[in-house]
Amino acid sequence: MLNRQQAPDFKQVSAINFIQPEKRLLTNGVPVFTIYSGEQDLVRIEFIFENVNWNRDKPLQAIAVSTLINNGTNKLSAKEIAEKIDFYGAFFQTEYTQDQSLVTLYTLNKHLHSVLPIVKDVLTNSQFPQNELDIYIQNQKQKLQVNLKKNDIVSRKEFAHALFGETAYGVDIKAEHYDGLEREALLTYFKTAYAPNNCTIVVSGKFDAAGFDLLDSHFGRDWDKSEVVKNAFSFSPTEKQFVYKEKPEALQSAIRIGQLAVNRKHEDFSGLQILNTVLGGYFGSRLMANIREDKGYTYGIGSGISSLQQAGYLFIATEVGADVCGAALTEIYKEIEILRTTLIEEEELNLVRNYMLGSMLGSLENVFSHADKFKNIYFAGLDYDYYTKYINTVKTITAQELLALANKYLTTESFTEVVIGKK
Amino acid sequence: MVDFNRFTLANGLKVLVHEDATTPMAVLNILYDVGARDEDPEKTGFAHLFEHLMFGGSINIPNYDEPLQRVGGENNAFTSNDITNYYITLPAENIETAFWLESDRMLSLAFSEKSLDTQRNVVSEEFKQRYLNQPYGDVWLKLRPLAYKKHAYRWATIGKELSHIENATMDDVKAFFKKHYNPQNAILVVGGNVKTEEVKKLAEKWFEPIPAGEKYHRNLVQEEPQTEARQETVKANVPLNAIYMAFKMPGRLNSDYYAFDLLSDILSRGQSSRLYNSLLKEQQLFSEINAYISSSLDPGLFIVEGKLVEGVVIETAEKAIWAELEKLKTELVSDTELTKVKNKVESILVFSEMGLLDKAMNLAYYELLGDAALLNNETAEFLKVQSADIQRIANETFNKNSSSTLYYLTEEHA
Repeated sequence: MLNRQQAPDFKQVSAINFIQPEKRLLTNGVPVFTIYSGEQDLVRIEFIFENVNWNRDKPLQAIAVSTLINNGTNKLSAKEIAEKIDFYGAFFQTEYTQDQSLVTLYTLNKHLHSVLPIVKDVLTNSQFPQNELDIYIQNQKQKLQVNLKKNDIVSRKEFAHALFGETAYGVDIKAEHYDGLEREALLTYFKTAYAPNNCTIVVSGKFDAAGFDLLDSHFGRDWDKSEVVKNAFSFSPTEKQFVYKEKPEALQSAIRIGQLAVNRKHEDFSGLQILNTVLGGYFGSRLMANIREDKGYTYGIGSGISSLQQAGYLFIATEVGADVCGAALTEIYKEIEILRTTLIEEEELNLVRNYMLGSMLGSLENVFSHADKFKNIYFAGLDYDYYTKYINTVKTITAQELLALANKYLTTESFTEVVIGKK
Repeated sequence: MVDFNRFTLANGLKVLVHEDATTPMAVLNILYDVGARDEDPEKTGFAHLFEHLMFGGSINIPNYDEPLQRVGGENNAFTSNDITNYYITLPAENIETAFWLESDRMLSLAFSEKSLDTQRNVVSEEFKQRYLNQPYGDVWLKLRPLAYKKHAYRWATIGKELSHIENATMDDVKAFFKKHYNPQNAILVVGGNVKTEEVKKLAEKWFEPIPAGEKYHRNLVQEEPQTEARQETVKANVPLNAIYMAFKMPGRLNSDYYAFDLLSDILSRGQSSRLYNSLLKEQQLFSEINAYISSSLDPGLFIVEGKLVEGVVIETAEKAIWAELEKLKTELVSDTELTKVKNKVESILVFSEMGLLDKAMNLAYYELLGDAALLNNETAEFLKVQSADIQRIANETFNKNSSSTLYYLTEEHA
């Protein structure tokens, strides 16, 4: 007779294999890291540029250049660029993060030779036509107006600004920043930041020697170097601060609380990731169990730690019924206080260990995810020992160590507390 | 190409296996052939509320999530107007845990009052978070009842109104389970680092003892052909005027489905598309403009929606959309343009094979459509579409008398 009350046997994840990249240099010295897989006939090529020359008075330069880069070169109009890329079934994407600007090409191998010249043209000859810039300014300002009606987005903006002030990590973007965008300044930023000396290429997928030669023939030459000043920020811990914006019509309030912490380079980071998982990093976390599954105050609540190049921070975020906002805050602080005063039981800790190992294994789903894991360590100045140590920490950290981490980093007396909606 | 093996258990449960030895993970995906279209008009939002309750413990296992997390697994689910889909990903060597958990909740739920109380609140908060407390969040709550008068697609999966969820009783929950959650109404897909023989043994062990239950025979009221232009205006606390236009189109199994999908791509996929270039870039009437299809099993909707540039009169913007639609009715799409959208679709299908979970979900859905093998025919079906097909369906679809238009205006324009 089948005993359905008895859980089947299981094993903790033992081996996690990371595919490490092969490093080659283009003729002009641009490093190319390749994570190879021959499974599908496709390839992803990421051109990664550090954000540079931060100017508080022109906070949108890097992001506007990132968005508008494919809006016209001296050979092709915005529409022609898009038509060519689409005709070959390729994808040209740009992404702006706090630290980097990425230009990513996804293509089937059979079209690589046709699309690379377009990407080269875009990365070296973009013109930022005035009419395209005008349309961008008009539409971004409209988007901003819509976003400012979203409590969750406002809470993110306020929180980042409270922690990081007038830096690329924290500046509060307003409509007038868009009005201040000028074509000449964008061209200058483009020529400076999108240069071979500021570029790292990460390739994943089916990419052989011939593919590399093709890449080198386009990007290994005829690409001007520049003088860049890397962005440098430093942050000091903040005092307890409250940001409250009342929205009289709100049905829900967005809550975001937290403070500066450490980034991936710090030895405490892996332990802090485990502590974060217990608190609010997975569906069975303490915050979810209490505030969603027991109290029903919210559709979702979570916590996270974020590693930027020059800072780290931790946060707890949720959207809760406006009538239970105060009660939800009380429960959040209560859960943190428990982590600071009471050892985590072995049963829960073992569950979190196994969950995190399974999650790491599952996050290596395909060749692109292996490349993403490489980027995480490479741009933090780390190597694959980081993952060995991470896995070891997940397997062996003690409840005492987590209690100590909670007292070091979950110091709510210096938290920034943002509430948008009603209290 | 997504390979699979297929067998059916004695109780009617269909099982598909996709072996993929390149990953150490496994996926167990189970699709129940029930969605919001199967709800009572007075108890809407129920399929989705029920999905939440499926995580509230089953007859032999008090907590669903915890044992799964303990073996390194994760899970989630979604409900649409047509289906409810549950999935687990976990290290392949622990796949039996997924069978154990998933089979027990198909056997029977715990039907806990506490779980029902909590999930009523959680879903009410979800209703607020996604539909009521967002600018334009309630558009589909307005647009569906404008476009559908009889069919159950006239309400959204979240439900018509909060009260339907707040009033759900345990008796409703039990009746819904009995009617829809049994082996005959489900499709199980197991994928990843597994072998078909092993999956077969586990399926026979855990799922085959579950009683077959009664087969649910769907008999939905179908929508009558629309013969009049419908128009509605709402005003809300939003910063920009917006327009939403809905046209009736055939269901997912109609042979024209692929032509409709390409038609929406021609209008709005990416920065080379027609609406983007004509209405956003050249005429600068819209700051955002999109066209897409609802891809529903019963006759669905072709949607065109956009947010207007400040100062543009909404009638002007609407006329400009119509001009683009008329062009598709009178002029053939060029070979180059058609090839472009076909190439893009082909490429998307290749990239979609990078994800194990996507492959498993797709197999389940295509099996529901009639045959999982259809998944591997998709590219060929898209390639068959001709310019004349696009022109024909444009003529059949883009008519004032079968359109439903919603003006969503800022309050200052009241």
